[in-house]
Amino acid sequence: MTPVALAWHLLRRDLALAWRQRGQVLLAIAFFVLTASLFPFAIGPDPVLLARLAPGILWVAALFAMVLSMERIFQADFDDGSLEQITLSGLPLPLLSLTKALMHWLSSGLLVTLASPVVALTFSLPAPLYPVLLASLLLGSLCLSLLGTIAAALTLGARRGALLVPLLILPLSVPVLILGVMAVQAEATAQSASPHLLLMGAFFLLLLPIAAVAAPAALRQALD
Amino acid sequence: MHFLANPGRFVRIADRVLPWASALAVILTAVGLYGGLFLVPPDYQQGETIRIMYVHVPAAWMAMFVYASLATAAASGLIWKHPLAFVIMKSAAPIGAAFTFLALVTGSLWGKPMWGTWWVWDGRLTSVLILFFVYLGIMSLIEAFDDPNRGMKATAVLALVGVILLPIIKFSVDWWATLHQPASIVRLDGETTIHQTQLWPVLVMALGFTAYYVAVLLVRVKQQVLASRLRSLQLAAADA
Repeated sequence: MTPVALAWHLLRRDLALAWRQRGQVLLAIAFFVLTASLFPFAIGPDPVLLARLAPGILWVAALFAMVLSMERIFQADFDDGSLEQITLSGLPLPLLSLTKALMHWLSSGLLVTLASPVVALTFSLPAPLYPVLLASLLLGSLCLSLLGTIAAALTLGARRGALLVPLLILPLSVPVLILGVMAVQAEATAQSASPHLLLMGAFFLLLLPIAAVAAPAALRQALD
Repeated sequence: MHFLANPGRFVRIADRVLPWASALAVILTAVGLYGGLFLVPPDYQQGETIRIMYVHVPAAWMAMFVYASLATAAASGLIWKHPLAFVIMKSAAPIGAAFTFLALVTGSLWGKPMWGTWWVWDGRLTSVLILFFVYLGIMSLIEAFDDPNRGMKATAVLALVGVILLPIIKFSVDWWATLHQPASIVRLDGETTIHQTQLWPVLVMALGFTAYYVAVLLVRVKQQVLASRLRSLQLAAADA
């Protein structure tokens, strides 16, 4: 089989697994909604203030919800030995890593993005900002999944991996967070959001080769 | 470079370099501090607080320089499997974290009288804070594995990914012009915008800090080499 066919197989298998354990996936969404809904309690229910803070709150909540599931990107396959089986099948490690990153994005980033308009509604975010919010979350969560794949590969088999992944990921995710929130805020102040979104796209393209090199390097150590 | 790959030879050379590096660190730091704290006249705008800069600027340079050397060690460990590279990487991390912390604290102490606030979320400050957390991440990832070798290799990969931060820190003051002033000593246009009388203690302090870094790094690497030799001797004794 060609590598692409193998990657497609892996993706379908992981999708099937995620579908059978859909409660797990929905947990990420629940976490996202719950985190966001804590802010009105913490800063008061003033709708004007909440509407102004909404992009930042949604972004932080989305980031947390995604970080929560990053540790699991390779963990289950590593624990039951199927990760070694998959590498023996001839699937190159870079393609394996990118497939896993895509799978993580499908099961967390995409869903969080789809859920975000509902949460934004409760924060009375102005209607014209929705497209930019969705675009920034869509693009930003792709970047986060790539970063998360690197961190998950690095901490595979580590003690306290669940604590390490946020420590490694949160500092590196700051550029994504800044650009994502700035895009929405630029739109809110009648400026163009596109420079920020373009920079985020550039960041994504920069991360793509980095993840395709760094994650396999870390996986090779773990599978030794 | 492979001349130093033999740990025994490295320790012998380190023993010879160490007194010089230590003496240089003490003398240069003393001269730089005396110049910065007593000889340089107060700044016409910043007054006496400019003296904080003679610790702040060199510490911030060192924060980045140590990271660059740490990442170089990580790369040479991964590429050429240089036996001491990972030891150097591991030993450099806490020193770099300390310099970063010093830069953050002195900057904060200077910011209170000058900007009227201990902290602002400006591009330079935020990116240096992130560098500090990356140092912490490196230090905890090294310790996170039962197999020390695995921890070293994973950390080396992380250190290389973190290199993207260095240009972001250097150019943050030009990209996000907020509170932190733009570069005044090493600028793209090659013009130094700091007055000569104010400049020399900064440079002397930077050299002193570099000598300090070399000295502490050598001590730490030596200690690691001796510890691993001790361990293998103990294992050999246990086998016999």
